[in-house]
Amino acid sequence: MSASGPNGHGPNGHGGPNGHHGFGRVARKEDARFIRGQGNYVDDIKLPGMLYGAILRSPHAHARLLSVDTAAAEAHPQVRAVITGETLAGLNLAWMPTLSNDVQAVLATDKVRYQGQEVAFVVAETHYAARDALELIDVDYEALPPVVDARTALDDGAPLIRDDVEGRTDNRIFDWEAGDAEQTGRVFDDAEVVIAQDMLYPRVHPAPLETCGIVADMDKVTGKLTVHTTTQAPHAHRTVYALVAGLPEHKIRVVSPDIGGGFGNKVGIYPGYVCAIVGSIVTGRPVKWMEDRSENLMTTSFARDYHMRGEIAATRDGRIRGLRVEVLADHGAFNGTAQPTKFPAGFFHVFTGSYDIEAAHCAVTGVYTNKAPGGVAYACSFRITEAAYLVERMIDLLAAELGTDPAELRLRNLLRAEQFPYSSPTGWEYDSGDYPRTLRTAMDIAGYDELRAEQADRRARAADAREDGPLMGIGISFFTEAVGAGPRKHMDILGLGMADGAELRVHPTGKAVLRISVQTQGQGHETTFAQIVAHELGIPVDDVDVVHGDTDQTPFGLGTYGSRSTPVSGAATAVVARKVRERARIVAGAMLEADPEDLEWTPGRWIVRGDPSSGATMQEIAMAAHGSLELPDGVEGHLDATTVYNPPNLTYPFGAYIAVVDVDPGTGKVTVRRFIAVDDCGVRINPMIVEGQVHGGLADGVGMALMQVMAFDEDGNHLGASFMDYLLPTSMECPSWELGETVTPSPHHPLGAKGVGESATVGSPAAIVNAVVDALHPYGVRHADMPLTPANVWRVIQGRPFRTDLAIQ
Amino acid sequence: MNITVTVNGQPCTRDVEPRLLLVHFLRDELDLTGTHWGCDTSNCGACVVWLDDVPVKSCTVLAVMASGREVRTVEGLERDGELDPVQKGFSECHGLQCGFCTPGMMMTSRWLLDRSPDPTEAEIREALSGQICRCTGYENIVRSVRWAAEHPAEKPEEVTP
Amino acid sequence: MQVPANFEYEKATTVEETLALLARHGDEARVVAGGHSLLPMMKLRLAQPEALIDINDVAELARIRIEGGMLCVGALVRHAELLDSPVAGEHFPILHDAERVIADPVVRNRGTVGGSLCQADPSEDLSAAFGALKASAVIRGPDGERTVSLREFHTGPYETVVEPGELLIELRIPIRPGVGGGGPPSGGRYQHGSAYEKVERRVGDWPLAAAGAALWLEGGRIADAGIGLTAVRAEHFVAPEAEEVLRGAVPSEEVFAEAGRVAAEHCDPGSDQRGPADYKRHLAGELTTRALRRAYGRSQA
Repeated sequence: MSASGPNGHGPNGHGGPNGHHGFGRVARKEDARFIRGQGNYVDDIKLPGMLYGAILRSPHAHARLLSVDTAAAEAHPQVRAVITGETLAGLNLAWMPTLSNDVQAVLATDKVRYQGQEVAFVVAETHYAARDALELIDVDYEALPPVVDARTALDDGAPLIRDDVEGRTDNRIFDWEAGDAEQTGRVFDDAEVVIAQDMLYPRVHPAPLETCGIVADMDKVTGKLTVHTTTQAPHAHRTVYALVAGLPEHKIRVVSPDIGGGFGNKVGIYPGYVCAIVGSIVTGRPVKWMEDRSENLMTTSFARDYHMRGEIAATRDGRIRGLRVEVLADHGAFNGTAQPTKFPAGFFHVFTGSYDIEAAHCAVTGVYTNKAPGGVAYACSFRITEAAYLVERMIDLLAAELGTDPAELRLRNLLRAEQFPYSSPTGWEYDSGDYPRTLRTAMDIAGYDELRAEQADRRARAADAREDGPLMGIGISFFTEAVGAGPRKHMDILGLGMADGAELRVHPTGKAVLRISVQTQGQGHETTFAQIVAHELGIPVDDVDVVHGDTDQTPFGLGTYGSRSTPVSGAATAVVARKVRERARIVAGAMLEADPEDLEWTPGRWIVRGDPSSGATMQEIAMAAHGSLELPDGVEGHLDATTVYNPPNLTYPFGAYIAVVDVDPGTGKVTVRRFIAVDDCGVRINPMIVEGQVHGGLADGVGMALMQVMAFDEDGNHLGASFMDYLLPTSMECPSWELGETVTPSPHHPLGAKGVGESATVGSPAAIVNAVVDALHPYGVRHADMPLTPANVWRVIQGRPFRTDLAIQ
Repeated sequence: MNITVTVNGQPCTRDVEPRLLLVHFLRDELDLTGTHWGCDTSNCGACVVWLDDVPVKSCTVLAVMASGREVRTVEGLERDGELDPVQKGFSECHGLQCGFCTPGMMMTSRWLLDRSPDPTEAEIREALSGQICRCTGYENIVRSVRWAAEHPAEKPEEVTP
Repeated sequence: MQVPANFEYEKATTVEETLALLARHGDEARVVAGGHSLLPMMKLRLAQPEALIDINDVAELARIRIEGGMLCVGALVRHAELLDSPVAGEHFPILHDAERVIADPVVRNRGTVGGSLCQADPSEDLSAAFGALKASAVIRGPDGERTVSLREFHTGPYETVVEPGELLIELRIPIRPGVGGGGPPSGGRYQHGSAYEKVERRVGDWPLAAAGAALWLEGGRIADAGIGLTAVRAEHFVAPEAEEVLRGAVPSEEVFAEAGRVAAEHCDPGSDQRGPADYKRHLAGELTTRALRRAYGRSQA
């Protein structure tokens, strides 16, 4: 264990020379351009002759589209094209497939099904003119009653949203279950204690600081389409464009330049992208389209929106026996969740979390509503956010019922180290863990016993003197994630198996270039992956360049989301570097006139076993491999190698989080006083970057627990359509994070590493909610839905909570 | 309208529509794309630049309003090939991930340090409270600014006339 | 990004010139200074003025000064300047309290006091703060200058008594003889203290509710009191009924609580995504009491 303090940093950086040879706190290579304002984001791209697109959107949540009159817009002197659903229908492009076996309208033809849905696309000489022309389009709508509240979507007589699908009579998308219902039922039937709780994980949005956008450039002469776009998955986008637009895939190049944050928002393909491509085809000029912030919040991938009813069964002495949950999942107007095909609820069924539970069962019903499509986004690890929140809230409810300390209850029920690998009741195979150690580490850093003593003291004083001070709460969350999809036989997206390639070239002078399929959005791949190569080949990190974000230059793979970069591409990188090293061994054998089997590897060199004076460095070997050296039969020269890594299993990072909050009962205002996070993500390649990932996720937790939400009024109007109303945490709401770590390597990952990018987003909300509920314990409060805004907390204290997903009455 | 804005010390004259936002003037007219934008409502701070020595949100300033004035952007932080301590601090302390908020954060940080060379953590947090970072949870941004405070640039030696 | 529609642009350097430009461009002209309320509305095309008259160079409007026993705050004073002004803080700490929670430091560098008051957002903090202080507004038009009590300044949401063709010049707050919060005793009659309390969903957000309190004490009793409320649909952003409770009373927890109760009773908040009406009403009372407590504490410091 090591707790990182303020002095934990200090690599000598700013993009300067770095002689580091492997793992550790290496300053990021990418910083050199960003700190100079020299990043290259999509909106920074300006191509000769480029035009600008803008989208006209529906003001209605549900309406029949009667007519779209574009004549005045087309007459605008700077407008070059106006594209409508009708235009696209002529090209068979009015609808596109989603990532969940549904279709989504690119531009509406029959109805609009959510506020902000795309109706027309204007292409003009300038960004300002394109916006002006939107005002000149006249659309006639016939308003229809919308389905806003997911809980009424399946009611008799609910408006039918998807009448475009023949034979459809209701708004049900799917019913899906996991676990053994019968066995779980038996456990509940004879349980000593059963507690049930309804809870909502509200609709939120990843809201990366850079919105989504594209520059589409169709070269009519070569027939090649180049798109520069904000994508976390360039190769997947290329294949989807080929399938949607019927363009030959070798004539499509997807370039993902610097990305200003993704968090899952930039996985899917949005109608604006297709419109821009069509715009470029129609005008013969490059077309740029960038969302504004309202478009981003109103129409692109939201996350969560899970209405859950959890039940937990236990013995009176605090042994958890069963967990059961029913979920109503609001998927919006089109089923566009980006998740591995076999699991319509993503990985939600890992909801037994970190505990040794006899039986578990979940049943998920997905419904259409008149809201934007999405559901799987925002660092959710395919819905593990919802799963972790559910189980961690249920544990606290049980602790309150039994009068047991929530830390004690967790320690009693956490999986023990000797139970790994562990097969969960819902079919997961956890790779490694030592959970009690991690929780105890967090409790030590927090000074858990002292905190509880302080709380008891404050409560006693408040009871005696009716003191008006803040209420103190302590909340724990212990999460287990399952990240790094595939294996490909179990997991695919639109039939594309979840495995990723890597290519490694070593130049004659021993400098290396790694090509990978995953796409950084700030995670520092250019550094971490160079460190893996440096570690495996024993060469300086500075001698390795990482190429990514260009489908013409990189091997196929499914991209970065679900915390899969290190588990999948990190493994691919290690494997390909080891291949290079093995080739180097054969070459070194020829150089040293020794049997390769008699060589041994020391960092950076193959030496004759037991004789360090007789060896060859990677640089010498690389030169020899490109030279005139006579190589043994079967070795073609050069050290370059390629691989595709198909992970044998997911990796299972975990962590223990403790939040300390103060609640002002007079105003309902919550302050996060401290937050302790102990993450175990196996071996850390660059601890500095890992900690940065955790910091960001913890801020997400503060945001979701306390302020972020997208609610809708009864007409389906979006009530969080700008940063004035969709609130993101600032430096003032975030405490100084207190981090710690334990290291339990993944047994099946070549480096022992696990994914970590989403851990803190998954794990932190429950800790904060648990802390606030704990603070409100004297008022008899047992649960409160997110976000815990001042108004919500005050109303909860009054015993009159409101629905956080609807307009506040 | 014909306007002249002095950007990073260079007078720049352009003919613009009065409605052109300063952020677009910098990015589209002058190709200074280091200044970003992230919202429309002056909430996110990605577009922060200096206007006559104070940080402002350039998405909510008209370019014509800057005519005859001085603007400093992230591209003007580096002086004579030497990075500003704030730039070094952000790299040194991993104060950035995706890099999108970074220019705005650095511009406000430089301003804070000019006014208050040894700010407390609370002062740093308050100074940056109008700017959103989605990646770092602010922790390392605060450390970066502290690093810059502890490693001020060496003052150029005064030349005696 | 959202962008505004086209308009004509004029730059004024004096009040006189501003008035002349307003006269020339007529009703569809708008004055712009910080632009932090107007430009976002223009980007959404909810506001489409035909002409903008930029007053950022009208130096005479950008001063904070004491004149004729009054603190005078020019309409073009930036929020950050009011927050940084020692003279404002010395006499009326409520102004610093309020400015510290208006938007964020960068927006405060640009947004102006006059712009905020003239925008007349129903949740505007300064309306409550200046209301509590019983300030007056100086307005100049083609027919000369007039002074209006801030308690008559607002005529409704986003509406003020400033007519087309007129310009807000400055705000004036009388400094009554006595001691300011924290200042040395100067032998005057009054002890004065003021404070502002706000609850928002997040730093930089508009208030869910906020209350400002100003107390003038004489001989151990409250000689006069001002209470400002915002975001709770209090008429003219003030609570005269609660002020009445305080006037003549000996300051105490009970009387502050009673003033809070009366203030809550007399406002009329509505529900929105910031919070339900009953909660805002509760806050109106709670924050009034807290602001009074703090204002009183300052008067005794």
